[in-house]
Amino acid sequence: MNIDSIKDGIVIDHIKPKTALSIYNALKLSDLDCSVAMITNVKSKKMGRKDIIKIDKNIDLDLNILGYLDPNITINIIQNGQRVEKKHIELPKEVVNIIKCKNPRCITSVEQELNHIFVLTDKEKGIYRCKYCETMKEE
Amino acid sequence: MRHLIDIKDLSVNEIDELIKVAKDIIANPVKYQDKCNHKKLATLFFEPSTRTRLSFESAMMELGGNVIGFSSASSSSTAKGESVSDTIRTVGCYSDIIAMRHPKEGAPLVASIKSTVPIINAGDGGHNHPTQTLTDLLTISCEKGRLDNLTIGLCGDLKFGRTVHSLITAMSRYKGIKFVLISPEELKVPEYVKDEILDKNNIPYIETNNIETYMADLDILYMTRVQRERFFNEEDYLRLKDYYILNKSKLENAKKDLCIMHPLPRVNEISVEVDDDPRACYFKQVRYGKFIRMALILKLLGIDE
Repeated sequence: MNIDSIKDGIVIDHIKPKTALSIYNALKLSDLDCSVAMITNVKSKKMGRKDIIKIDKNIDLDLNILGYLDPNITINIIQNGQRVEKKHIELPKEVVNIIKCKNPRCITSVEQELNHIFVLTDKEKGIYRCKYCETMKEE
Repeated sequence: MRHLIDIKDLSVNEIDELIKVAKDIIANPVKYQDKCNHKKLATLFFEPSTRTRLSFESAMMELGGNVIGFSSASSSSTAKGESVSDTIRTVGCYSDIIAMRHPKEGAPLVASIKSTVPIINAGDGGHNHPTQTLTDLLTISCEKGRLDNLTIGLCGDLKFGRTVHSLITAMSRYKGIKFVLISPEELKVPEYVKDEILDKNNIPYIETNNIETYMADLDILYMTRVQRERFFNEEDYLRLKDYYILNKSKLENAKKDLCIMHPLPRVNEISVEVDDDPRACYFKQVRYGKFIRMALILKLLGIDE
């Protein structure tokens, strides 16, 4: 299957197979006015299978969301048909309003307008805890 | 501007310095009686308390300062739906420092982000209670003469007991500390405390449900109350509340210089017959709480001792 290469834009590569849709939704790519291609379950030497998203425009990506959803992703910036930058991302130190604290005793359960902030407390195990009550993110 | 939200906000050196100042206050109270003249402490207690609130108020008064505040959420604008952030911004206009207790975990951290004056966490739900931990450390330092090389028994509700988690965190930073964790299965120390504090710092510990098994090894026995307000289920509370009752016979094999502590209030977990035992330190602990809070107020207000 062939998808046209892009001239100026972004290729999000090495996405865990069959998870591109969640990334598409989290980044709100449906709001863009350019072409977006989502390719799922393609063969990969490195991963066996992978997903890819191609965006036909250079936009500001929220790397925190991407890093939290899939820290193994790589981002390729394309200009004039050439890859000019390749970014590896990692788990973000802090994520804002991506995870909701489920602890009914947490101040976020009552204080309106408070951002739900989760902090990476164990990089090796990928554990995030609520900044306010330190409750661990539920799986 | 410094706040105290979590005991980890203070380095070991800063804690040692606070203990040194508190001991100096005990030895020379007159030297400190005017240190906070014309300063105001606001005690905002959105949840009931006897010791902590009166201890803070007494501490400020003994430093020559004044106190304003409220002792329940129903007597503040919280009852009208005011947010923590707005209450703090308001009270900061009237006071130089705020001690705050709130039933919601993380409320003092929210307050510290918005506040124009130092915030002291005086307890946030089952989460943190750093001035109780400072009280415990001063008690241990005064009664045992050291904060290292101690075997500490923690007994009772080790799951929801915020004082227990903070004390484990604080004591794990000293050398030669061993813990004996005594609790029923349902109230064991949470896994994350074991993983992230005890195991991570290679602190030896034993878990048991029998209070007498390791009694002879203990330098400190820290009893805790099973707290009704932490349970969603009344049946579980009733089943576990009297699991441990420390009495004279259980202390038969204990060391002569054991230090028995309790953050209070107690219900049934320490029999009143133990109160006359010279090893009972829990009422002395209350007194130490005032002196360490005096030292803390001075530190956060930037007043030299």
